[in-house]
Formats: sequence, C-alpha cells, structure tokens
Amino acid sequence: MIEISKLNMAFGEKIVLKDISVGIKEGELFSVIGPSGIGKSTFIKCVIRLLTPDSGSIVVDGQDIASTKSEFTLARVRRSFGYLFQEGALFDSLSVLENVSFGLRYLTDIPRSEYPRIVKEKLALVGLKGVEQLKPAELSVGMKKRVSLARSIAAEPKYILYDEPTTGLDPVTTGMVKDLITDMRAKLGVTSIVVTHDMKLALDISSRVAMLYGGAFVEVSEPAAFRNSENKAVREFMEISHLSRDGRRHI
Amino acid sequence: MKSLGLETLGRRFMDLAEMLGAAALMLKSVVFWLFRSGLETGEVVKQAVKIGVDSITVTALTSFFTGMVLALQMGHSMKNLFNEPMYVGTMVAFSMLKELGPVLTSIVVAGRAGAVVTAEIGTMKVTEQIDALYTLGTNPTRYLLVPRYIAFMVMLPLLTVFADFIGVLGGCLVAVMKLGVPVTVYKSDILTYLTISDFMHGVLKTYFFAFMIATVSCYKGMATKGGAEGVGKSTTEAVVISMVLVMVLDYFISAALVAVGI
Repeated sequence: MIEISKLNMAFGEKIVLKDISVGIKEGELFSVIGPSGIGKSTFIKCVIRLLTPDSGSIVVDGQDIASTKSEFTLARVRRSFGYLFQEGALFDSLSVLENVSFGLRYLTDIPRSEYPRIVKEKLALVGLKGVEQLKPAELSVGMKKRVSLARSIAAEPKYILYDEPTTGLDPVTTGMVKDLITDMRAKLGVTSIVVTHDMKLALDISSRVAMLYGGAFVEVSEPAAFRNSENKAVREFMEISHLSRDGRRHI
Repeated sequence: MKSLGLETLGRRFMDLAEMLGAAALMLKSVVFWLFRSGLETGEVVKQAVKIGVDSITVTALTSFFTGMVLALQMGHSMKNLFNEPMYVGTMVAFSMLKELGPVLTSIVVAGRAGAVVTAEIGTMKVTEQIDALYTLGTNPTRYLLVPRYIAFMVMLPLLTVFADFIGVLGGCLVAVMKLGVPVTVYKSDILTYLTISDFMHGVLKTYFFAFMIATVSCYKGMATKGGAEGVGKSTTEAVVISMVLVMVLDYFISAALVAVGI
C-alpha cells in the first residue's frame, strides 16, 4: 500500500506538485497521465525518493520515506520497487546480461549460476532473444527500453513504477509491453504506477487513472468514469489524444 | 553598479560554499560506505586498470623525457661552471623523486584518469544511471565512488615510483651517451647522496594528490547537470581544478614535510 499525502514539490519558483494526496492499493494499476513536462516523472521519482519532496508524506507499507534520513530505511523500502526509466538508464559499461542481472545481485539471494537462465526468461517476456552479450550502445531505442523493462521485473518486485513505458516503441512492441504490464498485475499481483502521456494505454490497462494538471490531480477515477469526465483539462487531453468517450481513436 | 558587483561576488561566494558543503557530504558518504559494507572488488580492479595501468605509457613517456632533459640541462650547466658534468645523477634523482615524479604523474593522472572518471560519472548522472543504481538495491557512493577513491590512492603512488625509476633511467641515458658520464658514477652519485626520506617525501605527497584528484573528479561527475554540454563542462572544470590544486598543494605539503624532517 502506498499512501501519499499533501505532497509538494517545486524547482525554484516553479511549483510542480501541489498538495497531492492519493492512496494506491495492493495490486492496483494506477496511471498518471498529462502532457509532457507537467511533472509526471517528478511525481514517480518522489514515490521512490529519487527526488525529495519539499513537504508531505509518502508511506510505503507503513514506512514514511519522504521524511526519513536513514539511507538504510530508504534502501530497504526501495528493495520492493522496480523502476522502468523513461530513457532506459541501462549501464553503458555492462552487457545486457549484466544489466538485467544487476538487481538480482543486490536484491535477492539467488545464486549467480542462475542468472543466465533468469535473464533469458525475462528477456523472452519482453520479446528479446540472443542479445545477452550485447552492450547497450549496440541496441536500438526500443530494444533498450525492453531490456530496461526486463531489468526492472527481474527481481520480481512488489511495486513497479513505469515512466513512459511505451514511448519510442513500435505498435507491436507497445502491445507486448501493455500485455506484460497487465500480466504482472494479474499473475503476480504486482502493484503498478504508470506515468504516460498515452491516454489510450492508460485507459486500457489501468484500474484507476489520474490526470496531473497544474501541479494537482484534477481527476482521479476508474477508466469508464474518466472517459466521461467533464473536467476541462481531461476533455482537452482526450481531444488531443483523438479519443472519444467510448475509448475509440478518431481522426 | 557597485551593488551589482557585490551581488555577483556574494553569489559566487554562496556557490563556492554550497560546492564545498556538497563535497564534504560526499566525502562523509565515501567514508561511511568504505567501512560499512563489503568492497566492490571487481569494480576496484576495473578502476585500478583504468586509472593506473592505462596511464603507464603516458607516464613513462613524460618521465623518461623529463629525466633526459634534466640530465642534459644540468650536465651542461655543470660543464659551464666546473668544466665537468658533476653530480648529474644526484640532481636528476633529487628532482625526479622529490618533485617532478610526483607532480608530473599527478598532472598526467588528473588529465587522463580524472577526466575519464568525471565524464563517466557525469554521463551516468545525466542519463539517470545513478538513479537506476538506487532502484537496483545499491548506493552510488558504494558502487562508483569508493572503488575510484581506492584505485586513485593505490595506483598514483605506484605510478609515481614507476615514473621516478623511468625518469632516472632517461637521465642515465643522456648522462652516459651525451655527457660521457660513466654508469657507475651516475649510479654512485644517486646512492651516495639520496636517502630513503627523499624517496618518501615524493611518495607521501602523492597520497594527498590522489585523494584530491579523486574528490574533485568524483564530485564534479556527481554534480553534473544538463546533458552532453554539462558533461563536457564538468570534465574540463575537474581537470583544471585538479591540475591547479596539484601545484598549490605541492608547495604546502612539501613545506609541511620539510618542517617534520622528511
């Protein structure tokens, strides 16, 4: 359970998050949508304390990580998270095998001899085969993203945070990633937070969708209710995304 | 106009204070992780190779030619003064062991390995790889900084000893081939007048230089902002600051060592 209360974050004069309060239940797939540069990545980075909020609390399984100063507490809480970075954030100097198994070394007690098998398995889940020995520089943007996704799920975390999971992917891979995100929830009961500007993706996979606008969640509801929201920002974003109230794309 | 100047000065001072504070916090974190958990042995070895082994060629070339030119200049000066190239070995060895070996090696390492460290950590910072380390159960200080500190502290003194030897060898070559000094004379000039404390004087200084270069390069890498341009800026700043500080520290450490009789 993640309980966020009165979260505030500003960069200098620019207020990015303003009094955000939301609770994310176990097994929920919670999406945050909004235009680029609105603060979605800032929000998701606060959830795992990669950014320290100015005020407010983020309680993960009973532990407030927004205010803790203990590195060990933070490290312990972060152990239950997987994180897919927007640009992949793969380690340049390591091979795909080493990248995907990196978390296994620090987050689990799995013997090293098992790593190649697990890595192969996770790479297959994201549609990759035979790339274990390649370096990130030898991969395309889409492949990097998929390797990064494999890395974030390798240690089978309780929570997964996805930062723009389908940006830069072709339609086939987008479908694959979409299925993977829903499978992680359905089969393993993973709690997920997805930040995306892809309205269709958010409405298709989420149990709840939140619209971040002007630093606040202007709408938080289930996809069906979200589609019919009368909120101006939501309606405009739906229009820009070419989505009608029934969820179909229109030109 | 005057207040604008004062404001700029004040801002610079605040920036400097902020930078020193952040560097101190980084150091605190390095000390904390150095004693708190197991060493990343693989990373230490990897960094020792990058910082030390990969610097061998450039160190050897620099010190060899420095030793050669020292012998040439001193030999000719002695010839002009006393009609004999006296004490060439002593002067080359003194200069190399006490000053030029440590200082030149430190400058080479700051320019080559220091730049690599800042650019690598800086790139990791701007591409979220540092954040990724946190999410994958490890601390960047433990995984990135501690191994680099150890590698600098171990490899720079070793490189300096190597540079001392190569420099003396270069001097010997010129003394024998160009100035006509017999090898035995060159060797006895060194062994007669040089003491172990002369050697230690140079080696001890390199520990301070190594610590300073590691701190500047790691700090500048971790403080990098703003994409490729930011990485370039941080790298240049790290190299320039390290090189200047080598020269500044050299005087003060030498003075302190002389004061305690080393």
